[in-house]
Amino acid sequence: MKQSNRNRLSKQVANASHIKYSGWFGAWLTGSLWIYLGLILLLVIADVWYVLASMGNTEGLREMLDWGNLWQSVKLTFLSSTVSAILSVLIAVPIGYLLSRYRFFGKSVIDAVLDIPVVLPPLVIGLSLLILFNNFPPRILDWGVGSLDDIMSGWGMRVTHTKLAIVIAQFTVACAFAIRMMKVSFDQIDPRSEKVAMTMGASRGRAFFDVVLPQSYHGMVAAGMLAWARSLGEFGPILVFAGATRGKTEVLSTSVYLEINTGNLKGAVLISLIMIALAVMTILIVRILTKKGAGYDMH
Amino acid sequence: MICIDNISVRSGEFQLQGISFEIEAGECLALMGKSGSGKTTLMEAICGLRELVSGGISIAGDDVSDVAPQDRMVGLVPQDNVLFQNMTVREHIAYGPVLRKWKKTDIFDRVAELAAELSIGHLLDRYPVGLSGGEAKRVAIGRAIAAKPKLLCLDESFTGLDGETLDEVMTAVRQTIRREDISTLLITHQKYEAEALGDAIYEL
Repeated sequence: MKQSNRNRLSKQVANASHIKYSGWFGAWLTGSLWIYLGLILLLVIADVWYVLASMGNTEGLREMLDWGNLWQSVKLTFLSSTVSAILSVLIAVPIGYLLSRYRFFGKSVIDAVLDIPVVLPPLVIGLSLLILFNNFPPRILDWGVGSLDDIMSGWGMRVTHTKLAIVIAQFTVACAFAIRMMKVSFDQIDPRSEKVAMTMGASRGRAFFDVVLPQSYHGMVAAGMLAWARSLGEFGPILVFAGATRGKTEVLSTSVYLEINTGNLKGAVLISLIMIALAVMTILIVRILTKKGAGYDMH
Repeated sequence: MICIDNISVRSGEFQLQGISFEIEAGECLALMGKSGSGKTTLMEAICGLRELVSGGISIAGDDVSDVAPQDRMVGLVPQDNVLFQNMTVREHIAYGPVLRKWKKTDIFDRVAELAAELSIGHLLDRYPVGLSGGEAKRVAIGRAIAAKPKLLCLDESFTGLDGETLDEVMTAVRQTIRREDISTLLITHQKYEAEALGDAIYEL
């Protein structure tokens, strides 16, 4: 969307706020909002209530968890999510631009394939990754090279059930979301920007890096933060592909799972609250960073 | 001199055929036609942004029919300016000369020269957001001619300007293209603009 159009739209939205909601239409709008907002708030309130009640009755925060272990989990979560988010943006920028600007044979099919990680159940992605790395190429072909994991082990990089598997599992899902966001961001930048730059002496690549990429900065930040948030909350693919070994391949989402498995519901809820706090912080940062300027706007 | 020789251009199902005209150095040709007549398609082909089906284009005696847009020495001013939101007005004017690898002192002098010619000196450190229609137009024109192109393409460039601003901007453009001796192709559907700026009129 062009800047002038966006400014005009913002003014229209501002003017619209003076309209009074009344009758069935107003009830429908506000009722829907309160039903869903209420559900989200109740989820958080219930968690906080549960932890506070547990503290009062039985034990303090100190006894609820192995904090040293949790700190390891937080560090690994941050590290793996950040690496996944950076990789996702690096891949999403060229793919998003390709989908936004070029027409080519099979584009709609490729577009649909890129959405598979978004719609597929997370467990299936984890299982597929496991099969890909452990049972591919199929033994029936007998190429004598072993599985993909065997080949990578030869290079000193074992994948399955390692920290690298966590990053691959997170990246597989998060990148699909980042691509969608980058495509939207590039769609909003007038393609004539590049055309003008090219007539001025820029190659197609130079026009992209000088004109398009800087204008999509906010979209890029938003795509990175979304990829980071998706990675933070990823569980299914990590459980299947990387495992949930205490202190080794344990990220926050698997910590919750491990605490539930050991019967420590209070600890699991406490970790969930930490994750909620991180998610809220992420969303707020994205909103602040994308509030002004060109590219993708979260509002 | 710009020579368009019997060119054909395709845009989807639409095809323009057998277009020929010439523009002398420093002359302005106004290209008129109704909406959908292919004016912008033709301009894109001349700028190298669209492939020719047949025919040839030469600029200052050089055949540029198969030359990439960046090597044609043309300047383009689109209908609604399409300024770069990440660049200041100064960076807009300097961008072409920087790409053409001019010396820093020459770039500095060129920015100052065009800022004075187009009366945008007070805007040099501003970003496009908040510029008025007339100011943005002057910046877009300065950006297009900064690297001294052989051909300036104005694609419905004066649409949306009110009467007084339109006259001011057109006067500035007329003076600048005369002084710089640039051949100009003006695409418009306004007879007033064509007659005010064009030395000749070509109907599509």
